[in-house]
Parts: sequence; structure tokens; C-alpha cells
Amino acid sequence: MINSRLRAIIVKEIWAIIRDPRARILLIAPPVVQLFLFGFASTMEVDNIRIGVLDLDGGRWSREVIERIGGSPNVAEVRLLRSDAEMRDAIDRQEVIAALRFPPQFSADVAAGRGGVIGGVFDGRRSNAAQIVSSYVQTIAGEVGATAVPMRAPPGGQSIVRNFFNPTLEDQWFVLPALVAILASVSVLPTVSQSVARERELGTFDQLMVSPLRTYEMLTGKMIPPMIIGFVNVTAFMIILPLVFGVPLTGSLVPFYLALIVYLAALSGLGMLVSVLSSTQQQAFLGIFVVINPLIILSGYASPVDNMPGWMQGVAATNPVMWFLKISEGTFLMAMPASEVLANTWPIAIIAAVTITLSAVLFRQRME
Amino acid sequence: MKAASSLRRLRAMMVKETRQILRDPSAFLIAFVLPMTLLFLMGFGVNLDASKTRTGLSLQDDGAAAQSLAGAYAGSRYFDIRAVGSVRQLRERMVAGDIRAIIVIPPDFSRDTARGGGTIQVITDGSVPNMAAFIAAYSEGVRATWEASRAADAGRQPTPPIALSARFWFNPELASRNFLVPGSIAVVMTMIGSLLTALVVAREWERGTMEAIMATPVRMGELLVSKVLPYLALGLGSMALCAVVAVTVFGVPFRGSVGALIVISTIYLYPALCLGLFISAAFKNQFVASQVALLTAFLPTMLLSGWIFEISSMPAWLQGLTYAVPARYLIPQLLTVFLAGDDWLLFLPNMAVLFGFGSLLLFLCIRATRRRIA
Repeated sequence: MINSRLRAIIVKEIWAIIRDPRARILLIAPPVVQLFLFGFASTMEVDNIRIGVLDLDGGRWSREVIERIGGSPNVAEVRLLRSDAEMRDAIDRQEVIAALRFPPQFSADVAAGRGGVIGGVFDGRRSNAAQIVSSYVQTIAGEVGATAVPMRAPPGGQSIVRNFFNPTLEDQWFVLPALVAILASVSVLPTVSQSVARERELGTFDQLMVSPLRTYEMLTGKMIPPMIIGFVNVTAFMIILPLVFGVPLTGSLVPFYLALIVYLAALSGLGMLVSVLSSTQQQAFLGIFVVINPLIILSGYASPVDNMPGWMQGVAATNPVMWFLKISEGTFLMAMPASEVLANTWPIAIIAAVTITLSAVLFRQRME
Repeated sequence: MKAASSLRRLRAMMVKETRQILRDPSAFLIAFVLPMTLLFLMGFGVNLDASKTRTGLSLQDDGAAAQSLAGAYAGSRYFDIRAVGSVRQLRERMVAGDIRAIIVIPPDFSRDTARGGGTIQVITDGSVPNMAAFIAAYSEGVRATWEASRAADAGRQPTPPIALSARFWFNPELASRNFLVPGSIAVVMTMIGSLLTALVVAREWERGTMEAIMATPVRMGELLVSKVLPYLALGLGSMALCAVVAVTVFGVPFRGSVGALIVISTIYLYPALCLGLFISAAFKNQFVASQVALLTAFLPTMLLSGWIFEISSMPAWLQGLTYAVPARYLIPQLLTVFLAGDDWLLFLPNMAVLFGFGSLLLFLCIRATRRRIA
């Protein structure tokens, strides 16, 4: 299988990638920097909230609610507002994300059992965070209300929430395994995409054509070194995640690594396709950039694929990152069985076959 | 006389740069294809609002109350009951990704409900924590509503002692699209200002054509201006296209003024373009420049600008880092001009910071270019 010609071109391509010391650092440093940056930045929790209160009541129950909000671990600051105008300004300037207005009769209404209503204004420019803050306030209002009028209604039922795979809902347990899939694509795609485009720009493509190399040897030779880089990066992540971040690794590694090889092949095929279509390095780079954006956004990392409209889910099904992200989450958190890994691998294999065949055809066309 | 010849040189340089942009397909890719893909992905693909959750139901009680609650879940707009079975069977379906939640109604549920209790279990797929938290909240909503309607049927109408009446200003329908789509404009302008400029100018350094230009009577200032202005125009054109698509296709409200949007964008492009020029002058190599532009411009704009991820929730060291990200000062302005309206008291301080960034980068850029020639 590996003949001397193929070996020679692989060695040549590895040198082409690592010759420049700055480029060498760029192969290793960015994935690690990105892992830490993304790992810490992509939190969906809402903490250190600044909230404003306009207390026109000043009674027992408004003070009680304000005190409880101030004591909540998610709240950093409770700002006392003096007028409706001040409340409006505080929201407009984003000094607070929410403002609560207690009407004059609030405590009296609560005490009399008529029910007090807090008027809450939330900054819809940050609608996601605002919704979460409103649910915090709702919970606190309910709790204070329960102490205000104890045992008035029968106790009622309740629901007990249990979270499989990630009992305490650690954001990082989701984010980091997703990054394994994403950062593999970010390290493989640009490197492959440069390969043919660089030869074309520098004019060495003609030299390749007169060499005894066959098309498949040239393509394989150009695709394997970036795959090795991706493999090394992923392996480093597989060690860093459990050891540094404490993400549990519950699944078995053999099916994971088999799927990884198919995934890396699909990424190389995609990168090669862009490379063959570009005539300069700059076009290749920008082309790959245009490709990477949808790959990441439609991977299920930014928002669940379930939430997308049906036709968009169809588009997402052609995204190898989306499939491998499932395998990575499954292998880390869910102890995903080999059969499930396989079920998510064959779509990647199809993507690999299509992209590699297509780039081979185009490559040959360009040679003629 | 001197000014006239300077103007003539400047014009010649600008014509050259503009032609270069028009001829280069990669500029078209970044200025039109990328913004449109990004906008459509953000408008259609990213949806942070929970929709119908595919749910499994484990109904272990055949009493009337249990059936009625199961019906409440089946009829809810937040849940889509896809599978029924034991928790073990449903867990496998969850691993396969078919369902995201399991509602367990235990054997004694109807009896307990009659006594004034009744506990159900909600099992979520914790591998997507954000979604899991939403599911738990929506499930409790369904259960509480069901309980309240039963109490109402029985003639008991409990009013909650303290209620919150929540109003969401600027985005009452709470569509995440309304902040995702305007925020994409920040990414697009960063791409054109920093990434494209860094690449194009780094290529000139790499090929030595920059030295060739410097050997001509063109002055340093003229050279920089001739590089900056065409990309400024490209950035503003792309921004205008995005804004029009945001309003017409995605129905994002535009409550501010067009003038304010143009001023905001121009002031943001100043540091963005200077960063691109600085990167190219400092590294002079296309591949390295592209990677540096990705790390210092693209990623921070996506991650550390407060667009998708809340800055206040990040660890303190990372929050500190966000102050050095120009996009952090652009996102609130963009969201305000689209969703709230012109608010110069919010705009001006942010603009001042961006102007400061731009001037600092311009200084660094001139220094890096000078050193290169010496």
C-alpha cells in the first residue's frame, strides 16, 4: 500500500508544513489557546447580575424580596432607583439588566391576601440572559410569597428533576467535548486547503505534474500530514479534558478513534476540495473560512440542532462536525455503545467519499 | 501645488487599490458571500429559544390524574411525546439522541394527588446543559398549570401571594434572532477590516510589491490612507447590505437612525482596519497573518464581545481580557441602534474608547512599517 513514491511525498508535505518555525508554533498553540478560551468563555449561565429596584412601597414584603434578591449568589449588585425616569435610564444604558418596581400598596396587598404584583422590566436586547434573570426573580418571589401566606392552600405536588450524563449541568462538560470536534476541523481544514493552492501560486504545481506521482498518490500524500496533525491535537484534548477539566470519559476509545479517522478523512476531503478550487493561498484561506463558519454554527455547539427549522436540519446533516460532535459528547458523557458510534459514523464516511472523489476528479481536470 | 500633487498621487493609489479589490474574487467572498451566509445561519440556524422538546413518557400509573397529566404534556406547546416505555428503554433512546427528556409519572401518583401531593420525575439530557435547564423549567410550568386548573375545577382558586409581571423592553417577543442578526454585523466588519486587510497587505509585503511602492514618491500617510479608504468603503457597503437584509428578510426592528448606524460602523472600522494593517506590517507572511488575525480579531469578536456569551458570567481574568476587545464596545451600540433607538449617552463613551484603540493601533502600525523600511 505505502510505496516509496507515496512515502516520499508524505515526507515532503510534512516538511512543507513544519519548515517555517512560526507556522510550526501556529499548528500547536492556537488549538490549545482556543480550547482554554472557548472552554471558559462559552458559559450559558448568568452570574454577577446587576439589578435595579424602585421601591415605592418600603413595606415589609418589598424589603424582604429585595433582601433575598441581594443575597442570591447570582446577583452582584442591587441598585436602588428613585424614580421611573431613573429606572428607564438604567435599563437604556445597560447599567442593569432588570429593574423591579414595587407599587405603593405592595406589602398591604400581600398581607391582606390580595396578592402583590411586582412590575419587572427586563432588557430585551439581551433576551436570553433576561429570560433567565426573570426566572430567578420569579423563584424568589414565589419563595417569599410562601412564607408570607403559609399553609393557605393544600401543599400540592412537585417535580423532582434529574439530569442524566451530567447531574449538576456543568457547562464545560458539554462545551469541551464539542470543542474536540470543532478544533479538529479548525486545525485540519486550513492546512489541507493551503496544500494544492500553495503549489499553484508558487508555480511548483507544474513540477508535480511532470513527476512520476499518480493523482491518488499526490492527493493522499497531501491529505495525510494534516490528518496526523488533527490526530495529535485530538489525542492531546483526550488527555487534557479529563485531567485538567475533570470531564468524565465514560465511553470506549476504540470505536471513538475509528470514527476519528473517518472524520479526519472527511475534513481533509473538504479542505482538498477548497484547495483544488482555489488558485492562490489567499483564496484558499478565505474559502475555507467561509466553509468553517457554517460547519461550526450548524454543529449543535452554538445552539441545539433540534431547535433549527426542518430544512436547516437537513442542511446540518451534511455537516461532518455535527456527526462527530455527537460521537464526542456520547463517548465522554454517555458511555455511547459501539453500535451508536457506528450509526453516527457512516454519514461521515459518505461525506468523506463524496468530497475526496470530487476533489480527485477536479484535480485531474486541472492537470490537463 | 504640493497639496495638488499629493492629492493626485493619492487618487492614483486609490484607483489601484479599488481595482485590485474589484478584480480579486476573495474580496467578493469576504464582503458579500460570507456576510450573507453568516446572516442566514444566524437568522435561521441558531435558535436559542427552546422549541418543542422531543420527550419520552414513562407512565407507571393508570389512574385518572396520571392520565390527565400525561394529556397535559402531550397537548403542551413545549413538549412532543415521541416515545412511551420504561425509564431504561427511554434512556437508550436518549443516548441515541432521539429524545431529550423523560417524564416519569410514578405508580402512586393518582393516589398521592388525591391527598394533595403527587410527585413526578423529570429526567433531562444533561449533556446539553442549557437545554436541560430550559426543559426542567418548562416541565414545571406544564405541571403547575395542570395543578392550578384542577384546583380551579374543584372550586379552589389560589392567587399567588407575590407575582411578577415581567415586561421585556426592546424585544417583547424574546426572539434570539433579534440580537444574533445585528450582532453578525460586528463579525462581518471585523472580517473585512482586520482579516481581509491583513491578508491583502501581507501578500504585498510577501511579494515585495510594498517596497516597490515605497520607492515611488508616495508618502507614508498617503500609502496608509490609500490602503484604508477602499476597505472602509467595502466594510460600510457590506454593513449596509447586512442591515437591509436584517430588516427586510429577518424582520429585525430598526428603531435608531441610519446616520447613527453609519457613524457607529465607521468608528468601529477605524481600529479594525488599523489592526489589519498592523498585523500585516508586523508579520508580512500571509499564512501567519491570517492565523494571527483569526486569533486576535475573529475569535475575540465571536466569544468575548458579549454577543453570544454573557461577559459578566465569565471568570474574572477573562472579563478583564474583554476590555481589550474592540467589538465589546460595538455590540451594545449595534443592539441599541437596532432594538432601542439612538442613545448618544450610550454611544459616545463607547465611540471614545474605539477611537482610542484605533489611534493606538495606527501608531503601532506606522512604527512597524517604518522599522520595516529602515
